[in-house]
Amino acid sequence: MTGTSHSTVPGLEKAPTGIDGFDEITAGGLPKGRPSLICGAAGCGKTLFATEFLVRGATEFGEPGVFVAFEETAKDLTANVASLGFDLAELQRTNLLRIDHISVDRSEIEESGDYDLEGLFIRLNYLIDQIGAKRVVLDTIETIFSIFSNPAVLRSELRRLFHWLKDKGVTAVITGERGDGTLTRQGLEEYVSDCVVLLDNRVFDQVTTRRLRVVKYRGSSHGTNEYPFLIDKDGFSVLPVTSLGLKHGTSQERVSTGIPALDEMLGGQGYYRGSSVLMSGTAGTGKSSLSAYFADATCKRGEKCIYFAYEESEEQIVRNMRSIGLDLQPWIDEGLLVIHATRPMHHGLEMHLATMQRMVKQLKPTAVIVDPVSNLEAVGSRFDINSMLIRLVDYLKANGITGFFVSLTAGGSSLERTEIGMSSVMDTWLLLRDIELNGERNRGLYVLKSRGMHHSNQIREFLISDAGIDLCDVYLGPEGVLTGSARVAQEAQERSQQSQAAQEAKVKANASERRKRAIHAQIALLQADLEAEETDLATNQFGEAERMKRLGEVREEMAKSRGRLTPSSNGEKK
Amino acid sequence: MTSDAVALDPPEAGHYTLTLYVAGQTPKSITAFANLKKICEEHLEGRYTLEVIDLMKHPELAQEHQILALPTLVRQVPTPMRKLIGDLSNIEKTLVGMEIRPQHP
Repeated sequence: MTGTSHSTVPGLEKAPTGIDGFDEITAGGLPKGRPSLICGAAGCGKTLFATEFLVRGATEFGEPGVFVAFEETAKDLTANVASLGFDLAELQRTNLLRIDHISVDRSEIEESGDYDLEGLFIRLNYLIDQIGAKRVVLDTIETIFSIFSNPAVLRSELRRLFHWLKDKGVTAVITGERGDGTLTRQGLEEYVSDCVVLLDNRVFDQVTTRRLRVVKYRGSSHGTNEYPFLIDKDGFSVLPVTSLGLKHGTSQERVSTGIPALDEMLGGQGYYRGSSVLMSGTAGTGKSSLSAYFADATCKRGEKCIYFAYEESEEQIVRNMRSIGLDLQPWIDEGLLVIHATRPMHHGLEMHLATMQRMVKQLKPTAVIVDPVSNLEAVGSRFDINSMLIRLVDYLKANGITGFFVSLTAGGSSLERTEIGMSSVMDTWLLLRDIELNGERNRGLYVLKSRGMHHSNQIREFLISDAGIDLCDVYLGPEGVLTGSARVAQEAQERSQQSQAAQEAKVKANASERRKRAIHAQIALLQADLEAEETDLATNQFGEAERMKRLGEVREEMAKSRGRLTPSSNGEKK
Repeated sequence: MTSDAVALDPPEAGHYTLTLYVAGQTPKSITAFANLKKICEEHLEGRYTLEVIDLMKHPELAQEHQILALPTLVRQVPTPMRKLIGDLSNIEKTLVGMEIRPQHP
């Protein structure tokens, strides 16, 4: 047992416990053929861990088991775990399990001389051989210290017992009550040194969280953190979610937000499938309505959606959404939409996370809505919530599920700053905020960030009416951002200003037309004058020529009549 | 050494029914048996039944009487049942534990 890696040590075989998550953090389960110690204070689930180890061993791994109960009778034990769906009676009938209740009343025992615990060995051996058991549970062996008075004998006998169990080759789980400053009251960890698991049940702010830690595991690597675990109707589950790396696949596919105008702001197509969306805003800004629209859009595509509601009941959500023209009831009836409404205080954060994971596992949705995550502050600090959210987001991403997280921010403080921790795990961050102006409160929507896509940098006014949600451009003018009736008034004013200007322009155009026409008229007149003048001139010239001609003729005639023609002129004439 | 019963006449008032559980012929078993024999003969002459059970041979019987430590002596009659563990080397304690009072003639 010198190696530290579980894969390179040939001798170290593991016996899977079948307990959700535990086999992951121990890389396979408990050391096979060796005793392991499960310790913890009263009521932290030791017996249940041990029982589940046996039941799963018998039902899932074909390893029969023996349960030696020092505290409970077989009947009590059977009844106690029946609620988890473990049928111990049936397992006993089919020889997969033996329960032996060791009850020794201190008052009816006297001691005289030397003794040993050979009787216990014989009983165990008998039970193991009866059904060929591979697994043994001793719950809680420390009880023998209250039966017998000689601790020296008991200690040497215990040491012998654990050696014997090892020789017998059974995988044993020994439970022990946590002592003062030690893991167990009687220091059992001294004898059982291969694997020690510590269970803890801590109360913080009136909410309990169960945690599990592998204190040591010889010859094997193991998760060293404290892992939250829970016990519910399906048994024990450890949540090693933090071990997940950032290795999830990414999708190029886009999913609609349910609001066309918002899709438009996000590059025209909406969110990426499998991304995480944070929607934060102050009270009454319409966060739940946006969530409901997203749920509706998911169901419209025929996909499943789980809506975790921490503020309203299922019926209330359905009623309220009807008032804005959205009917979720058909989706619920079809089983596409599951609304899981609980109060945050109902149980601790880890339990919430586990519930979510379990539901996601069962229903396999493509979208998960948590409304609101900030309410979980009632059961955990901001740090815890962040760590839980990281795990939830990782889990959803690993499964390609779009996560939509609603966060209520306190008014007054900077919205951007308060959620800095959450922001890093979110791919898209929408911010809804109040815009107060002129005695009116209006809603504005921004896209603060959206990884991997073009997104609008504009603020949009977010309108909720009977007909549903719509986004419209806010008025951005010299007077700043205007919304609501101020925007409407501004728009009206702008319209009237525009029409006035248009009229003025028209008047101006008319006037210039008139002037143009006048000038044209003048031009025509002058043209006419010019023509008249030209005519006159032509007439005059023509008159002169005619006159000269006539004068010539007259002169000729006169000459003719006088008969005194020049010879040249006579000859020519002939 | 099994079912090594030393029985006398029918049980009557003041009769003791004892069972000694042992695991094989270990030194402790042998000591316990010898001690018990001695006590019975000295204090319960003629009014006891003794059965010795070797759990190595009958392991199923261990459960019945809730035997953990060995050797264990069980006094079934008179009631209430008493249990005494150890090799019975402390005679005084054994007598007290079994509530055996010396017989008065």
